[in-house]
Amino acid sequence: MSDKPHALHEPLIRVVRRSECSAKLKVAVRLAAIVLALVVDALFIYFVTGLNPLAVYTTMFRGTFSTAMRFSWAMRDLASLLLIGVALAPAFKMRFWNTGAEGQVLMGALATAAVMIYGGSALPAPLLYAAMLAAALFAGALWGFIPAWFKARFSTNETLFTLMMNYVAIQLVACCVNIWRGQASGLGKLNSRTKAGWFPKVFDMRFGINLIVVVLLVVLVYCYLRYSKQGYEISVVGESENTARYAGINVGRVIIRTMILSGALCGLTGFLIVGGRDQTISTGTAGGNGFTAIIVAWLAKFNTFTMALISFLLIFLEKGAAEIASAYNLNDFASDIIAGIILFFILGSEFFVNYRPIFRKSHKEVR
Amino acid sequence: MEYAIELRHITKTFGSVVANRDVSLCIRQGEILSLLGENGSGKTTLMNMIAGIYYPDDGEILVGGKSVEIRSPKDAYALGIGMVHQHFKLIDVFTAAENIALVLGPNEKYDLKAIRKKARAICDEYAFELDLDQKVYEMSVSQKQTLEIVKMLYRGAQILILDEPTAVLTPQETQKLFSVMRNMKRGGKSIIIITHKLHEVLEISDRVSILRKGEYAGTVETREATEASLTEMMVGKKVELNIERPEPVNRHLRLSVHNLSVTNAEGVRVLDQVTFDAFSGEILGIAGISGNGQKELLESIAGLQKTEPQSSVVYYPDDDRDSTAEQLIGKTPLDIRNMGVHLSFVPEDRLGMGLVGSMGMVDNMMLRSYGEGHSPIADRRAPRHLAEEIKEELAIVTPSIQTPVSRLSGGNVQKVLVGREIAAAPSVLMTAYAVRGLDIGTSYTIYHLLNEQKKKGVAILYVGEDLDVLLDLCDRILVLCGGRCNGIVDARKTTKEEVGLLMTRLQEKGGAAQ
Repeated sequence: MSDKPHALHEPLIRVVRRSECSAKLKVAVRLAAIVLALVVDALFIYFVTGLNPLAVYTTMFRGTFSTAMRFSWAMRDLASLLLIGVALAPAFKMRFWNTGAEGQVLMGALATAAVMIYGGSALPAPLLYAAMLAAALFAGALWGFIPAWFKARFSTNETLFTLMMNYVAIQLVACCVNIWRGQASGLGKLNSRTKAGWFPKVFDMRFGINLIVVVLLVVLVYCYLRYSKQGYEISVVGESENTARYAGINVGRVIIRTMILSGALCGLTGFLIVGGRDQTISTGTAGGNGFTAIIVAWLAKFNTFTMALISFLLIFLEKGAAEIASAYNLNDFASDIIAGIILFFILGSEFFVNYRPIFRKSHKEVR
Repeated sequence: MEYAIELRHITKTFGSVVANRDVSLCIRQGEILSLLGENGSGKTTLMNMIAGIYYPDDGEILVGGKSVEIRSPKDAYALGIGMVHQHFKLIDVFTAAENIALVLGPNEKYDLKAIRKKARAICDEYAFELDLDQKVYEMSVSQKQTLEIVKMLYRGAQILILDEPTAVLTPQETQKLFSVMRNMKRGGKSIIIITHKLHEVLEISDRVSILRKGEYAGTVETREATEASLTEMMVGKKVELNIERPEPVNRHLRLSVHNLSVTNAEGVRVLDQVTFDAFSGEILGIAGISGNGQKELLESIAGLQKTEPQSSVVYYPDDDRDSTAEQLIGKTPLDIRNMGVHLSFVPEDRLGMGLVGSMGMVDNMMLRSYGEGHSPIADRRAPRHLAEEIKEELAIVTPSIQTPVSRLSGGNVQKVLVGREIAAAPSVLMTAYAVRGLDIGTSYTIYHLLNEQKKKGVAILYVGEDLDVLLDLCDRILVLCGGRCNGIVDARKTTKEEVGLLMTRLQEKGGAAQ
């Protein structure tokens, strides 16, 4: 507290919310953020690691873009991450904090693997794929339904509940993998001889189908949330349960229905990972993407198209950081810092899209 | 003459919206100044600049004759300015004294004993009734408000700003507030009060400053002002201040409520065997001190409350024939709508129940009708037309029909809600505090809309708090007291005193029915 309050000056910088932000300005702000990030990163690279920043940036870029193979791997990883993000969108839009995507994906993957193992030689190919898909959808949906039912019935906290369900799923997978591998040291590729249940190659890639599905789902889930009646119900329930009841919405039913959908989409992701990407299963099948996807969904404000951009950014930075680390023999921390600075600036630019700083007027200084 | 605060040429814009343009006004030492203006005229914004919440784009603020910069509420405190906001800034799980401790300066010690002693002295000086050891969550709205004021005085406020303090108070609590305000004035404090209620303005203030559309419209001495003259200054034109009351035509039974009882989650009987009839073409007023069962009554009829067995609400679609009558108890709002009962409901909690704050007008229009038709796709064309129509008809001020309604001013939010409920062509229209927080012009628009509906043969339940309005607008008035129907009176014959008495004193059980 100042004794002479009248001696105070106008604040040096104050922040005002922008009423609207033109598309041009949005692009400009984000470009400025990237440029600034590269400048700051350059300082870090030059002074801390002693490397040539431009060379490092080129290497980073090469992590994703150097060869067609590299690019397709990046796309493969992006597909897994983005699929889960899209699966989370309906639940998050309803403000149901589904932190159980990891487990829901694993359950879908587990069901897929089980069908591949027990039905691989018995079922004809089309039926096998259908059975794998159905089992994965069901398993994921079940893992979404359980916490939703408890939430609807007893208003349990969904964040903790879904989180705990992850560990149940991980243990189930660990248990099944142990049974299936028998005396072998690892599970290895499932049906490696018959390739039963393996996805056919599309665009010369085993995971080609994954890419097609993710593109379709980005559009479908966007439209579902934006234009359908169910999507409208989800928004209302997310905003206020009281308003939803007033509007005649059966809140419990919407919660359960939406979580079945969210869980089933996670299960579908598990199906695509096992059938299209890994052809095997382990406790690392979801690879933490279930948690990273929460960040993706949040940053994108649950808009699936924005999710695609954010997923790409994250994957690009991840691949770039790994490439730097191996090319220059840096430790992971240094390369993570380089990637982290870029992420920081890009996310920070959101602030300037929504707010405008005002500097102290010069004429006030004179007074 | 030295002023406590002087504002010179204050301008504040939010994006392209000008909230205040070139406003100059002043408040004298030891006076009560009313700040009057319609919804969205920039009263709260102006006060927030004095309290350090906002910083003006242009202009100058003088406190005690010296030019000052108020950059934060802390600066405002240091200048002896305290503001009590519409939404209280209190911590629920703390006691009154602990909440007061939150405003201690950096050099003061956290000593609850000393705090209590000093706070007690403040309470005694101005005759505040406050239990310093009560937890905030146990307090009534009025007690919380008292605590807010004491908190500001504790912090050394010489200038007190009260933003619509009476909007949430009963008439008795308002009188109590006014008496402490007079005590504070005698103690040399300057008080700015924002209110929409003209009779309160005339009763409590020394002078009245008026804002119109963000601009300063003048200041008058209260003793020279009348309700009509103030309204004219506020709106910019003459306004008819009489509420019309057409005679009910084609009156027949619409809703028969019998033995309606509700027990809340804490096991308290909040509604106890309420029995009454509502007729088409009639406005039935529901009076009572707030929290005496009004909310539960309307919500039970709307299918939003769990009721006790034996409760009955029978709806008669055409006339009082029993053959077409429908029982509404035990039905969900969706069931009721599917039965073809057009029940419109303007709940008390506008943004928490009636509307979705983050959605625009268009999406809010479809809140109760989105499910119609078999298509899985929600139709937004009809709601868009409706939104445009209502915006036009009720003169709703919004940048666009897609702007989230939570960004609109209170009056406009209410217009959106009332507009939607009336557009649903109701046969029963229930409104809870339909004009709370609304300015004169908007209030009269709402009264007019209700009368239009009445003429169309709608049965209207009007829960209100302003007895003058209830007596002028309604045909009959049901008075709730302690969750019981404490009498139904003819609004044309009764007096304010009679209703006031029914509101506060529960009659013997036998006499309660009529």
